[in-house]
Amino acid sequence: MSKFRINKTNFVDQTNRISFKFDGKTFFGFKGDTLASALIANGIHLVGRSFKYHRPRGIMTCGSEEPNAICQINDKSNLTEPNVRATEIELYEGLEANSQNCWPSVQFDIGGINNLISPFIPAGFYYKTFMWPKSFWKTVYEPLIRKTAGLGKSPIKPDPEIYDHKHVHCDVLVIGGGISGIISAKLSAKNNLNTILIDDKKELGGSTIFQDNEIFKINNKISKDWLLNEIHEIKKLKNLQIKTRTSVAAYHDYNYLLASESLNDHLPKNEKDRSVRQRLWKIRAKKVIIATGAIERPLVFNNNDRPGILLANSINKYLNYFGVTCGLKNVIFTNNDSGYETAISLHKKGLDVKIIDLRKRSGSELIKETEKLGIKIHWNSTITNTFGYRKINSIEIMSLSEDGSNVIGEKNKIFCDCLGISGGWTPMVHMHTQSGGKLNFRETDQVFIPKEFSDNRISVGSSNGHFELDEIVKSTNQTVKKFLHIQDTDLDDTNISCSKELEKRNIWLLPNYISIGKNKSFIDFQNDSTAKDIKLAMREGFKSIEHVKRYTTTGMATDQGKLSNMHALGIIAETAAVKMGSLGTTTFRPPFTPLTFGTIVGRSVGKFFDITRKTPMHEWHVKNNAEFENVGQWKRAWYYSRDNENMHQSVQRESKAARDSAGILDASTLGKIDIKGSDATEFLNRVYTNAWSKLSIGKCRYGLMLNEDGMVYDDGVTTRIGENHYLMTTTTGGAANVLSKLEDYLQTEWPELDVWLTSVTDHYATASICGPNSKKILKKLFSDIEFNDQNFPHMSFKNAKIDGIDCRIMRISFTGEHSYEINIEAKYGNSLWEKCMEAGKDFNITPYGTETMHLLRAEKGFIIVGQDTDGTMTPIDLQMDWIVSKKKYDFIGKRSLYRSDTMREDRKQLVGLLTDEPNTVLEEGAQIVYDENKKPIEMIGHVTSSYFSPNLNKSIALAVVKNGRKLKGQKLLVPMRDQTINVTVSDFIFYDKNNERLNA
Amino acid sequence: MFLINCPYCGERDQSEFSSGGEAHIERPKQPTELSDDEWADFLFMRKNIKGIQFERWNHSHGCRKWFNLIRDTSNDKIHGIYKMGEKPPKV
Ligand SMILES: [Zn+2]
Repeated sequence: MSKFRINKTNFVDQTNRISFKFDGKTFFGFKGDTLASALIANGIHLVGRSFKYHRPRGIMTCGSEEPNAICQINDKSNLTEPNVRATEIELYEGLEANSQNCWPSVQFDIGGINNLISPFIPAGFYYKTFMWPKSFWKTVYEPLIRKTAGLGKSPIKPDPEIYDHKHVHCDVLVIGGGISGIISAKLSAKNNLNTILIDDKKELGGSTIFQDNEIFKINNKISKDWLLNEIHEIKKLKNLQIKTRTSVAAYHDYNYLLASESLNDHLPKNEKDRSVRQRLWKIRAKKVIIATGAIERPLVFNNNDRPGILLANSINKYLNYFGVTCGLKNVIFTNNDSGYETAISLHKKGLDVKIIDLRKRSGSELIKETEKLGIKIHWNSTITNTFGYRKINSIEIMSLSEDGSNVIGEKNKIFCDCLGISGGWTPMVHMHTQSGGKLNFRETDQVFIPKEFSDNRISVGSSNGHFELDEIVKSTNQTVKKFLHIQDTDLDDTNISCSKELEKRNIWLLPNYISIGKNKSFIDFQNDSTAKDIKLAMREGFKSIEHVKRYTTTGMATDQGKLSNMHALGIIAETAAVKMGSLGTTTFRPPFTPLTFGTIVGRSVGKFFDITRKTPMHEWHVKNNAEFENVGQWKRAWYYSRDNENMHQSVQRESKAARDSAGILDASTLGKIDIKGSDATEFLNRVYTNAWSKLSIGKCRYGLMLNEDGMVYDDGVTTRIGENHYLMTTTTGGAANVLSKLEDYLQTEWPELDVWLTSVTDHYATASICGPNSKKILKKLFSDIEFNDQNFPHMSFKNAKIDGIDCRIMRISFTGEHSYEINIEAKYGNSLWEKCMEAGKDFNITPYGTETMHLLRAEKGFIIVGQDTDGTMTPIDLQMDWIVSKKKYDFIGKRSLYRSDTMREDRKQLVGLLTDEPNTVLEEGAQIVYDENKKPIEMIGHVTSSYFSPNLNKSIALAVVKNGRKLKGQKLLVPMRDQTINVTVSDFIFYDKNNERLNA
Repeated sequence: MFLINCPYCGERDQSEFSSGGEAHIERPKQPTELSDDEWADFLFMRKNIKGIQFERWNHSHGCRKWFNLIRDTSNDKIHGIYKMGEKPPKV
């Protein structure tokens, strides 16, 4: 056994040996160890380099507040995980961890040179220095910073692990499984309340279970033994669910909390076996009891960051919980009584220990016990320096002046290999403030504590500022009784004995004979900010804590300042000579500890990331070599590649076939809204710009819908099915929003209208057949219908049957060709499609995708809402004056068309563009200008749609151009990266202006 | 994340709802009679109060019904919920 593993405990199984790798070297630990405790047992403290100065850093704590021991885990199959705290990694067989932030190695680190030049790296250094010369940034500074600094390596492959989400409701949620959390959970569950108790460690008990001192007793049992018995008891309670290895990350409004449970990280590699790694609990609690405890504060003095310097209470946990000592010659440096518990523990294990206390004297029970044991105490003293590069080997101490602002007397050197520091305790008020709670500052011991409780949230124990054992037990009992309306409890007459702290002395920045500019008193260990940085920031004029924090980066590392925020505030307050309570705190933002992305997304990865909507004909498109494009959540056939055609070749072929003979398009994705009710016609009059009163049954009409601001919102063809029955179509992407908008008007503005809307988009499949031979194909499919212009004119509809199945045929056109749309119940969509293909065989019926559809409609100058419009186009801008009714008194957006701004003549208006060189195709989005030479060049518009038209054998484009209506024939320029393209404004209908083909 | 008591369905998670901005802004009955300023006032101007605010909400992933909600925007406490067309309760 190593010389540092000195003790057998109930929490580490020393019969179960585990091997692991750290920085490539194999070590052994035991089941129950953390990576940190196992390293300490092996005598290893140096585990990383600091962020800015690359100073050697060691394990400093035993919990989630750890700033230094940040590791990269590399044993996972194809996942490397950065920024994991060694203090929280439970040891398992096969663990491989590496220290971060060191290059080339932790023992020799090239960035360590920053430490030597540190006088030149003050606060705001990065802002000030790396700004110039500009060319250095990319070539010199950035690569260097990336290599030597940075926090770990991001994984570059997809995370193979499984993550999960779970919703849960409860009467009472208790956060924190220390002594006050256990008391609260027991009271709650025993009173028939459905209770959940959450703790981030693998075992309940908080810091009480490693307190092994006769002075602290509950009902005549040592507090640790009393608590172990309570834990045993609560595990039997039926109403209580205990979640260990679970960390509450966020506390949102209305008692909605997120907690991340770690499920398999602690298992040996071969037992993980595709099990769920982490689960995110989404908890809705009627009441919440916050029992998150307190974190020990460091002390801020010169060179307070060497490996071997730990928080005093963490030393106690390593000793009594893990059976590991951090050093053989120990010094405890403290300003309060809790450090004495650690000193007594060390002494009882036969280890050398001395105490340095800032206070002048104190006579509490604990101190009397310490003196009785013969432990040397240096009163009224402070540390002025520490020594040792890879681990501490000695310290230098001096006495404090009366007011504590100076050091006096002789310098004394003390040899040691471990230094425990304790600057008092900081209540963990993160959850309280995240939930909206306010804080009070308590002057006596300089802590922020919850200001108020609410009916559904309280804080208890040390997170509420109670630090003495009797106070914790009694006040938790009283507070919870009141909160949960409980009468009598077992704890009402508990007998508690403990030591009471009698003296306090707090000095945020300890004095030194070395000036502040020349010493290194670290505040934020992870981000390497010192007291000097804070003072410099204040000298440079930063006053608000939020600004100082950002300028010095104090509290902005992955530990979010758990150890540093209070000292930063304290030093600001001291420097500015203001009361600390008046400064306020920085904002405590979720998550409390970092969450993995996997936990946040849960199962919503890969194909479960978003819904995929497919039409009933989807498989046919796949079989016929379609490429798909995403339109909203829909997969739409984009083009069908034949004989290794590229997209351009396919689109040219499809476009030609549709105009020469027949084309077929899957139009199932168009939004469809069924409109019924006695006021349906009036409703359409109000929502579309044109008039609907005279549309007879069996007829179709194109409609344009505006927003109330007069801008085009959606368009589509609506068919009158019956007297009080219409079928509206919308754009594919706009379907859901149009329905919501119409529902909004019906429910809130026009509740008097008798109108009912139903989304039927998914209920029907639609095959659209166009081209000069479309009529012949329809005749083959529907032999009993007369397809002449009298019986079935353009913009009309008929009910029909195919193989006895009802369908609706609309004669409408988005291509400018003679064209029909057949709607059928979705489940028959694919067989309808196949029948159309069969009937069209003799006419070379050609399936075409959305790209060809876009090209064909552009030839005809039909707009696509969202492509040729962008929320700033009125119908007048689109030269669609014809569709805006002058007679109707009102419709959505009408008034806005007469605002001074919408009537401006120099608005951007839709035009056609022809390139002077007919084979040059413009880029969509390209800017249009009059004159390239007049600087600054005025941008007068942009290209919205552009294609090479195989039917016209030239390039065509739609564009929006200022005052475009009046520019027909005008020469304009489209400057591109490598050339300037000459264009001429044209009519935007390029093909078949007189609509002769519609009736052909 | 609020809990919202839909007047038609009962208490549901906020994720089922969408907010529709300030309530009780009635669409003018005769828009053509309004000046540009009056129309702009209806169209664009919203109060965005810190404190008690009357809002429109829609149970968009539930019954799809619109209703009104009284919310203190400074602490997100909901002080009342009532159907469209009903008089707001006293706060
Ligand atoms: Zn509802």
